[in-house]
Amino acid sequence: MMSLNVEKIRAEFPVLHQEVNGKPLVYFDNAATTQKPKSVIDALGNYYKLDNSNIHRGAHTLADRATRYFEDTRTALKAFINAKEDSEIIFTKGTTESINLVASTFGRKFLKQGDEILISTMEHHANIVPWQMLCEESGAVLKVIPIDESGEIIFEEFEKLLSEKTKILAIVHASNALGTINPVKEMIQAAKKQGAKVLLDGAQSTSHLHIDVQELDCDFLCFSAHKLFGPTGLGVLYGKRELLEVMPPYQGGGEMIKEVSFDKTTYNEIPFKFEAGTPNIADVIAFKKAIEFINTLGKDAIKQHEDALLDYAVNALSEIKGFIPVGTARDKVSVVSFNINGMHPFDVGVMLDANGIAVRTGHHCTQPLMQRFGLEGTVRASFSVYNTQTEIDQMVSSVIKIAKIKNK
Amino acid sequence: MNSSIKEIQDEIIDEFSILGDDKESTIFYIMELGGKLPEFPEKDRVEENIIKGCQSKVWLTTKEENDQVHFLADSNTDITKGLISLLIRVLSGRKPKEILDADLYFIDKIGMGNIIGSQRSNGLAAMIKQMKLYALAYQTKQNA
Ligand SMILES: Cc1ncc(COP(=O)(O)O)c(C=O)c1O
Repeated sequence: MMSLNVEKIRAEFPVLHQEVNGKPLVYFDNAATTQKPKSVIDALGNYYKLDNSNIHRGAHTLADRATRYFEDTRTALKAFINAKEDSEIIFTKGTTESINLVASTFGRKFLKQGDEILISTMEHHANIVPWQMLCEESGAVLKVIPIDESGEIIFEEFEKLLSEKTKILAIVHASNALGTINPVKEMIQAAKKQGAKVLLDGAQSTSHLHIDVQELDCDFLCFSAHKLFGPTGLGVLYGKRELLEVMPPYQGGGEMIKEVSFDKTTYNEIPFKFEAGTPNIADVIAFKKAIEFINTLGKDAIKQHEDALLDYAVNALSEIKGFIPVGTARDKVSVVSFNINGMHPFDVGVMLDANGIAVRTGHHCTQPLMQRFGLEGTVRASFSVYNTQTEIDQMVSSVIKIAKIKNK
Repeated sequence: MNSSIKEIQDEIIDEFSILGDDKESTIFYIMELGGKLPEFPEKDRVEENIIKGCQSKVWLTTKEENDQVHFLADSNTDITKGLISLLIRVLSGRKPKEILDADLYFIDKIGMGNIIGSQRSNGLAAMIKQMKLYALAYQTKQNA
């Protein structure tokens, strides 16, 4: 495998080349959102400069071109996750909307009193609240898979919770707060034996891991473009055709209909049935450049680089007196969550920022997970393909200084 | 007679001006100030004393002595503790009217918004509001 030319990659990300508080920016908040390569930024501008038009309707050249580019992204995404066909790719606002779509269409139609929805302790609020809302409405029951001290799912407990009552297993592929990569293949197989449908929250996994929805055999996969070097406010719902077809529409309006009369309206084919209204055309078109960026580097090379950064960071940080790692699963994406003994994560974050280092602090939209560990929050550094060991050195030397305040 | 609210604010502005533009040393200094706050009684660390609107937890209590309002406060984060210690230094031990009339220009002068970010700035505003509300309550009582 070729190792990556990180300097060349960094040159493609304009935002990285700036100072923050008088120090070179070290951007370690990639799990919140990744930065955008120039190709994506240019594609956004070029769309409005050259191609802007509403899609799937006009009979003119611009409309045709915009439609083609829009649908090209769908095709690229199909290949990216190895879906069977383009129409299994639905554009949404993001992971959050994708999960809500499934909960309020599939969920409302097929779940009833006494059915069970299974999630894990490490879910993002986006993969908790929509199911709670569905439970309230349908009388279904939410069950939660426990995790161990290292932040791994306790597989035996998961198996115990599975039964023929389980209708949906909704599980995060890689945890945003801890980095844990869950054994989703095995979990999907076990859930399928009980006849449950499986939704994967791929918000954190799609940027790091090779994803093949057919091999995984998941029913739904949700992810956000902005965590994949793409634009904000755009996401994907992958669903198996046979499920998407029997699910009722999510929203009503233009694009999603076949014919409308005041007596009866018939709905469009998938994926359009789920894409009511004028979509986020510019961002969808630019998203293709982000996928190409990833494909050009290759997921294996990306993962190798990020794993090396993760190892390097964990080793260096672990030497620091007062460093408390949170989440030490064996299999992780490039996320280090930690606390400093005697200090609030917020204070650590502010001090890192004073040194130009951008990390996330707080509960990371995973309050039940924080409660599990008895924590108010953590400091989270998350690495991407454009980060370097030098940047980690910078963070480590700041953390050493900060930790000394309370850990003499 | 103690220094006036204005004098203390000017003192703080001087102290911070020595630190200059270096954000890190400014934050270290604020945290150090927080460490010097008098011990906050454990029994007062209760929900009723929490200031709403702060991202971090801030507890604030008051007592009245010789017609003056005294504040005691604590926080679960050291930076916030430092911020509230500055407010206490300026406002504690004053007559309610002085607190109500106080124009706290030092906050802008030392560039606090830039140091602590917008979320904490809202928290700081909530602390000031709460301190003034207490002062108002004491004033109403004194005038009754
Ligand atoms: C694991 C996980 N799920 C869901 C989400 C929600 O994604 P979005 O806010 O893009 O809808 C996030 C984003 O932070 C996440 O990390």
